[in-house]
Amino acid sequence: MAEYQNIFNQVQVSGPAELGVDETGLLAKERTKATGNYPLLGILGNAQLGPIHLGMFGVISLYLGLVWFLLVGFGMLQSVDFSFAEFFQRLFWLSLDPPPEEYGLSMPPMNDGGLYMIASLCLLLSVMSWWVRSYLRANELGMGKHVSWAFAAAIWLFLVLGLFRPIAMGSWSEMVPYGIFPHLDWTNYFSLTYGNLFYNPFHALSIVFLYGSALLFAMHGATILATSRLGGDRELEQIYDRGTASERAALFWRWTMGFNATMEGIHRWAWWFAVLVPITGGIGILLTGTVVDDWRYWAIEHHFAAEVEYSVK
Amino acid sequence: MALLSFEKKYRVPGGTLIGRDLFDFWVGPFYVGFFGLMTVFFALLGTFLVLWGATLQGTWNPWLISIEPPSIDYGLSFAPLREGGLWQIITMCAHGAFVAWLLREVEIARKLGIGYHVPFAFGVAIFAYTSLTVIRPIMMGAWGHAFPYGIFSHLDWVSYTGYQYGNFHYNPAHMLAVSLFFTTTLALSLHGGLILSAANPEKGQDAKTPDHEDTYFRDFIGYSVGTLGIHRLGLLLALNAAFWSAICILISGPSWLMPDGESWIDWWEWWPRLTTFSAGG
Repeated sequence: MAEYQNIFNQVQVSGPAELGVDETGLLAKERTKATGNYPLLGILGNAQLGPIHLGMFGVISLYLGLVWFLLVGFGMLQSVDFSFAEFFQRLFWLSLDPPPEEYGLSMPPMNDGGLYMIASLCLLLSVMSWWVRSYLRANELGMGKHVSWAFAAAIWLFLVLGLFRPIAMGSWSEMVPYGIFPHLDWTNYFSLTYGNLFYNPFHALSIVFLYGSALLFAMHGATILATSRLGGDRELEQIYDRGTASERAALFWRWTMGFNATMEGIHRWAWWFAVLVPITGGIGILLTGTVVDDWRYWAIEHHFAAEVEYSVK
Repeated sequence: MALLSFEKKYRVPGGTLIGRDLFDFWVGPFYVGFFGLMTVFFALLGTFLVLWGATLQGTWNPWLISIEPPSIDYGLSFAPLREGGLWQIITMCAHGAFVAWLLREVEIARKLGIGYHVPFAFGVAIFAYTSLTVIRPIMMGAWGHAFPYGIFSHLDWVSYTGYQYGNFHYNPAHMLAVSLFFTTTLALSLHGGLILSAANPEKGQDAKTPDHEDTYFRDFIGYSVGTLGIHRLGLLLALNAAFWSAICILISGPSWLMPDGESWIDWWEWWPRLTTFSAGG
């Protein structure tokens, strides 16, 4: 056993490219024809790149995503008077900012946040089109929609930040600026404004699920690699007809911590942990500034923070 | 006996690292082994010391119990129990329990004839904990630089320590670690969702195959990493998230690593300096 530790692919075979399942006979002509074989990718996983299905919603999504990206770049260039030299020098500090507070929920002038609003609309439609795509691709293959619903959970957080909370606060100025450092400053300032976000229980839950997701993927990935000698990576086959790989994977955790999932069940744990990150995070953001003004005071009121200020001796 | 239907044939002697067959037995579903006993010993002792610390602190509110490290004045020496000594012994207990747990995982992996990936991965998590409580305090010359053991007190420490370096979001290793955590979660949701959607198809449809998994992802984004590859990718992402988290705090603090001052915001000044040629000054 010691001589079999699955780390990377040591042998790569290449045959004709796999062009994909096509049960209805309609999908093949909607896919691109070209595929590539990249041995560098083959070290980790499949070496084959492509084909891709470019349906209407995929094209709409990529197009609007590109428009958003270019508008953000245009707005940044405008902020440095169209000097490309300065654009590169201050690239990480530049941003396309949301409108100032006084415009409320109205449409601001183009050079005072209007461009930001148009860019945001493009991003919203782009993301929504991509969601439709995730649904339709699964539907045409007769598969469940679990990926789409997980994506919808991420969209919930996206909508809370850019739509629901700004509306609840009565101003588009609450939206997040598009820029590398500026969006980090926004995050920092958000926490400081509302009395330390660490005392927001939903923020705490979101982080628990975020770290929990890393923990679960480390546990699951490692377990599957450890049992790959016995076919542990053939998960669907193991779900339909349990083999010794599943049995040993289950017993490893049962003997280690007294509890084990099944080959299917571990993917339900995984799905829920990942999906609860944006769901709980979105609830926490939506409550901040709308229902709760100062999370630290809120924590003191609810007896989970001490009244003394923290200090280092 | 909490024995699974197929479990009996796997419960064979052997694979231990220490103690031959002396501790080679199970209690309920748990495998014991020499390192199981060590884990229990250190975990119980550590928990008892935390509870003792709570009585000294005078609160039983679980959110507020906090075991503080010694003050900076004690440097790297032992502190009296009531002034951080408890924290020092609890830290030793934690290390004892974690390392024993890792070695017990090795024994179980040997017994089942599977790879050592899980204990290796756990080792990376231990490294992150050791970075915060031992490596960085030693680099900075005092145990007082470690974090307190308490649910909200450790969050206060994170907050306070972060603002000591300006805005911690500007720490490049922190950026990398956060991005890796988000990417791990994204990959986990995609993997979990893909398996569930293949095993739980539309009503009336046959259960799907790995070919459907590959097809869905190639249709969706033009690439499918594959059934084996996704587990390598997930493990690598998760381990790197933990590893770069450790790095981001190790490079914050030791003055010989931060000659230009303590603010991560200022650290980025190399970028405009590097691109000065394009702006003509």
